[in-house]
This record gives sequence, structure tokens and C-alpha cells, in this order.
Amino acid sequence: MKKAILFCLALVLLSIGGVALAAPPYPSSPISLIVVYTPGGATDFQARIVSMPAGEEKYFGQPIVIVNKPGAGGMTGWNWCVEKGSKDGYTLVSYNMPHLVAQSIVSKPSFTVDSFEPIANWGADPAVLIVPKNSPLKTVKDFVEYAKANPGKVTVNGAGLYVGHHIATLQLEKAAGIKLTYIPEKGGTDAFQAVYSNKVMSGFNNLADAFRNTDNLNILAIADTKRHAFLPDVPTFQELGYDIDDASVNYRGYCFVKGVPKEAIDKAAAVAPAMFNDPMVVSKMKESGSPLLVLNREETRKMFYSQKAKLEVLLKDLVKK
Amino acid sequence: MLETLQHLGNLLNIPNFIALLLGSIGGIFFGAMPGLSPTMAVALLVPFTFYMNATTGLILLGSVYTSAVAGGAITAVLINIPGAPASIATMLDGHPMAKKGEGQQALYIAFVGSLIGGVCGVLALILLTPPLAAFAMRFGPSELFWVSVFGITVIAGLSDGRLIKGLFGGVLGMLISCIGYSPMLGEPRFVFHDTLTSGIAMVPALIGLFAIPQVLDLAAEVHLQVKKNKYTPKKGVFWPTVRRFREWWKTTVLANIIGIIIGIIPGAGGQVAGLITYDQTRKLSKHPESFGTGDPEGVVASEVSNNATVGAALIPLLTLGIPGSPTAAVLLGGLLIHGLFPGPELFSKHADVTYTFIAGMLVAQFFMCGVGLLFARFSHAIMNISNLIMMASVVILAVIGTYCVQNSMDDVIVMFALGLLMYLGIKAEFPSAPVVLGVILGPIAEESFLRGKMIAETDVGVFQYFFTGGINLLLIALSVGSLAWGLYGEYARYTKRQRAEAACHATTA
Repeated sequence: MKKAILFCLALVLLSIGGVALAAPPYPSSPISLIVVYTPGGATDFQARIVSMPAGEEKYFGQPIVIVNKPGAGGMTGWNWCVEKGSKDGYTLVSYNMPHLVAQSIVSKPSFTVDSFEPIANWGADPAVLIVPKNSPLKTVKDFVEYAKANPGKVTVNGAGLYVGHHIATLQLEKAAGIKLTYIPEKGGTDAFQAVYSNKVMSGFNNLADAFRNTDNLNILAIADTKRHAFLPDVPTFQELGYDIDDASVNYRGYCFVKGVPKEAIDKAAAVAPAMFNDPMVVSKMKESGSPLLVLNREETRKMFYSQKAKLEVLLKDLVKK
Repeated sequence: MLETLQHLGNLLNIPNFIALLLGSIGGIFFGAMPGLSPTMAVALLVPFTFYMNATTGLILLGSVYTSAVAGGAITAVLINIPGAPASIATMLDGHPMAKKGEGQQALYIAFVGSLIGGVCGVLALILLTPPLAAFAMRFGPSELFWVSVFGITVIAGLSDGRLIKGLFGGVLGMLISCIGYSPMLGEPRFVFHDTLTSGIAMVPALIGLFAIPQVLDLAAEVHLQVKKNKYTPKKGVFWPTVRRFREWWKTTVLANIIGIIIGIIPGAGGQVAGLITYDQTRKLSKHPESFGTGDPEGVVASEVSNNATVGAALIPLLTLGIPGSPTAAVLLGGLLIHGLFPGPELFSKHADVTYTFIAGMLVAQFFMCGVGLLFARFSHAIMNISNLIMMASVVILAVIGTYCVQNSMDDVIVMFALGLLMYLGIKAEFPSAPVVLGVILGPIAEESFLRGKMIAETDVGVFQYFFTGGINLLLIALSVGSLAWGLYGEYARYTKRQRAEAACHATTA
């Protein structure tokens, strides 16, 4: 008994000594991940899947805890992170492109792209143009011709203002020289309902969700630079001769607020891409029909700034004075 | 979909049984905690189902959903705070019952009512899915707008005879719901401080408007309380209470119909169903004046209909991937994670999982009722807590519940501010229920009107868009009828009072 007590005491002393001698390597406690959308939404859902293996030694070695800070399409959460969030490396932030860039351009919140330090990207969900199954508009050509003949009469919906779907609509208007009416809905599924039920003539929506619903919808084209593995038969707008690039693709991933210690950034940037490629993550993402796209820190940074450059041109007319 | 019955046997294995039991106990607890709404409960549990097999995971989520909607009644009845948004209408008569010492009966009614509503909702899911899914798809912006207008006519019924003040409160509630960035136009509204950029979330508003005035009132009376009533559990009240459902059969039927219809409509949840049913029951009642003073029929109306929305909300979810309520939207994540995509395949390729899940939902209603009744049996313990401790616990619950919603201290400040405002309002005899109704229905009305207007302008014009079509016309007729009935009630009450006063003068003269 005495020995056991002595042993415990020795252990305690040793551990105290250890702490005193050297600061513990990052991370030494659980990390929180700020998700700026409500629990259960696509971003939250995917963030929970990709962050699950974080506790394993080969990744962070500490669990990642999801903290939801929803509101104003993400602006509330990002504002909070920049203004009040901690910069000790224990607060990761989930970003959504192009929402973050678009809001920083149009609404002038406290953040810009430069307020964030990209870490890694886990997903990319392109926008697709959908019409109800019984719609007379069967191809993009029909769609554009009809819109040319009836300027402003074609309704297109999407999951809200200044999200990828809105951007894609603006791009299509510009590329085809047509005038559309964009209807912002409460969320992606609400937008689907309005299209199914013929309340709205067409919509831009997430590829992953549209792919699950091909019984009720026709998918006309993808707003991306290449075709997607989920829908190999659906052409891109570029193939059809409309100059629409990947500015509306919904990228999701981790970033930090600027000012986080270099040690934390390096560690997170090193392990996060590997974690997103973990077989468990890959299979769960695949089963749930969520397209995975893992980018490392450099590639993510490049994506941030190329999106910014594209959107600044596109949204020029919408910027509030 | 009678295949469901063949899958009842699948529930008999141990994991599914444990999922049902834990889901019901946990769900009731989540429901009873203000701020931990059914939506939040399901969202927090979805990741845990990663590690379960699909059937067990879904049964867990389904039973938590159904129990959390019912569990809100506990807090609503015993401490006058809606534990879940769906239990607002339960509070209106449930708490007066508790004050009269009938809290136990009120909870028995609430849980038996929830069982009836829940079972009917799931039966609708089993038997009527194809026609109801098609019906749900006929609801667009104009129909949703008229549903919310119909909901707003309820204000007359919630004002306890103070119609003008009730209307004022309703408008105030709608203005509160406007705060923040407009979801349709992207303009900031009433954002005079950063705290308000994301607007005022519904749950903090509910907690603030109900809980804070309650605590302040308790605090004001605390020195007067010489001797507190002692509540003891009553024996032998269960069967007599349940037998009274025979008198309430009309209310029960009406509540089921309204609950199922509101349930399948995407965009309106259990709280709208509960409030509309409560008001219609009161209008059709022979003794409308007893509502609000502890009439058990009010509890029946609210609880039957809010649980009837649960099964119904799954109808468009399972067939089309369109959730009928915010909680069903979160449940979608629970389906996707196991590779179950809504649509016809769910009923062919994955029939085993789907039908077992639906059978589980049916059985979950009984588990929910059992756990709830057990709790009701011991509810006197909460009623007997001294006022001082009660005040402190309500404030703690209010703060934690509010903070939980968005992990935001700003919300807590907003909650207290609204609470103080409402306290002053109540002192000036403004009823609180219409304010809450405005907060709930304002955004639905505004967004669906603007969306409808945008669509109409590309098409047939605003007037024709909103005023043609069978469902639109039916809803307009219902709204006008409801409003006329409410005004007539006010007028009748006014003339009665005039006559009473005249009679009073006559006797004194």
C-alpha cells in the first residue's frame, strides 16, 4: 500500500516537473471548431464527419469539439471569430467559400479574406442548374433561349443571398447575356421543394443534393470547370459554350484567425489533410453523398485568393456604398 | 405501407429496445430543459449514430424527437416556461392547472394526449403517405403566407379580452422578429448594436418573454408567502383523467387534423400547430371563458396537435427529401450518414430499415407516454420547491438554455432585455402570448410574402398569385372566419359587461 502511494506521488511529481521543464507540444487540450451554421445543416454535418478522427495520435491527438455560432448566413460567426475569438490555436474556424468572400465584399463585415489563415479544405460542392422533371426546358440552350425571349420572367432559386447558388445565377446572367429573377430561399431543401412543386421555374442547388433527387428533377449543367464523378453525363457550362468557371463552387474547410502561433498552424496544416483522407472519413462522406476534395494549406490559400479575385469582378455592381 | 407491421418484430432485439428506452428518457429530459429544443437534441445525437447500425440509430433519433416534443410540457405546466417551442400553447392552461394543484392531472393529460397525437401522426405516415406528400407539394409561398395569416388571427383568442393590447403585442413580436439582416434583401434592420446582426433567435426570445417576468413576479411576492401550499401526489386520479378524453373527442380529432396538416407543410412546426389548435378549440368550445384559467381541454388541444406533427413531418422527408419541420431537417442528416437517400428507394431497396424505423416511431410513442407518466407521478416534488430556490433555478435554466442555442453570451443579454420589457408590459396588462406569436409567425409571413411577390412579378401579378387557387382561397376564408369569430366574441363580451355595469348601477341607484 505504502509503495503504491509513493509510486503515485512520484508520478505526480514527475508530471509536474515535466510541465515545468518544457511547454507541452501543441495541442495539449481539446480544440474547438467554430461552425457558423446551425447544427444539422450540410456544413455542420460534414464538419462533424471529418473531425471525428481528430483524437487519434497520428492526427491532432486531441478531440475537436464543434461549436455552432449561426446567424446572418455565417457572418455572425465569422465576425465573432475575428473580433472575440481566441488566437491561441485552440479555436479552428470552418469556412465556406464563396459565402465568406462574397459577404466580405458586399456587406462590409469586420472580416476579409485576409483575416483568416487557411489550413486545409475538405469538401467542394459545385452548383448545378435544375428544373422540374416536367419542365419544357430540357437543355441549357432551351433555358437561355426562353430567358432571352422573356427577360426577367425566368425564376431561379437558391439557398439564400450571396451563397454559391446566387453567384452561379449572376454568372449565368453575365455569360449568356440574359436577365433572370433570383429567389433566395431559407435553405437548400426549401429551394428544392419550390422547384419540385413548380412554384419556381428552376434553381441552382448543391450537386450532392440534386444527385440524390434525380427522380424529381432534371439537371441541366454543372457550374464548374470539369464534370463530376457523381454525374458523369451532365455537361459543364463551359462545354456548352458559356464562360462560367468554378467561382460558385461551395468549398468547405478549416482555417484559423490570423495571429495564431506558427507552431499551431504548422501542426494543423500538416495533419488536417491526412485526417480528411482517413478511410473512415472517406467512406462516411461517400455514403452520405458528400463530395470530398482535400486541399493542403498552399492549395487552399491559392483557392481563397483566386475566389476573391473572381468575385470582386462579379459582385462589383452589388457592393453597398 | 402495411409492411410496417411485419417489421414490428425487428424491434425486439436488445440494441433497438435500449435505443427506444434511452431515446425516450433522454428526449423527455431534453424537451423539459428550456433551450434544448427537439431540433438541438436530434442534431447533437446524429454524430453518435455514426457508430450504430442504421436501424438502431434512426430509432434513437426518432424516439428522441417525439419525446422531446412531448417533454416540453413538463416545464410548461410546472414552471410556466415552454421547455420546447412546441409547448407554448400547453402553458396557457397547463400552468393555471398546476397552480390549482392539478399539475399531476395536467401532465397526465399532456402525455396521454401526446400519445394519441403521436400515434395518429405515425398512422398518417403509414397509411396516407402518397396523397399527403402530394398535398404538401402544393404549398408554395402564397399558401404559406396565408397559413401564417391564419395563425396571426389567433391573437384575438390569446389576448384574454384585451384585444387592442394583444394586437399591439403581436405587432411588437413581428417587429422583434425583423431585427437583423433581412434574409430576402440582405439589408440590416434595427441593427443599432453588433449584438443584433444575426437577429433575435426564437428560443432566447421565448425564454426571456416567459421566464423573466415569471421570476420577477415571484421575487415581488416572496415576502408575502407565509405558508406555501403543500402538494402531495394524488392516488387514483389517472383513470378518471384519461376517461375524460371521451368528452374531448372533438378536440382530439380537430387537433390531429390540424397537427398532421401543419406537420407536412415545410416551414411551419409544432408551435404553430399547437397555437392554432388551441385557438380553434377555444372558439368552438361552449365555455370559451374557461380557457386560460386551467381548462384541461386547452392542454389536450396543444399536446395532441404538436405531437401529431412529428410523424407527419416525416412524410415529405422520407418520400421527397423535403423535411416537414426543422427537426426533420436535422433527422435527414441521420439518414444520409448511413447512405439512406430519401425517395422511392427507401421503400424498396432499404425497406427493411425504413419500415423498422417507422414501426419504431410507433412504439416510441408508447415509451414516451410511459416515461412521461412516471415523471408526472413525481411532479409534486418540483411544485413543492420553495420560491427562493425556484427563482434561482429558473434563472439558471434560462441562462444556460439561452446560451446553449448559439453558444452566445449576446443572446443571454438579449433574453434578459426582452424579459424586462415584457415584465413592464405585463404590469400594463399586455398579454405575453401574442408577442410570442408575432415572433414565431412574423418571419414566415414576411419571407413567404416577399418570395411570393418576387415570383408573382415575373408571372401573373401579385393579386392573382395570392388570391387564386383552391388552397389560398380556403385559407383566406378560414382566416376571415376566425377573425370574425374572434371579433364577435369580443363584442359579445363587451355588451355583456355593459349590461352587467348597467345592472350594477340600477341596483345601487
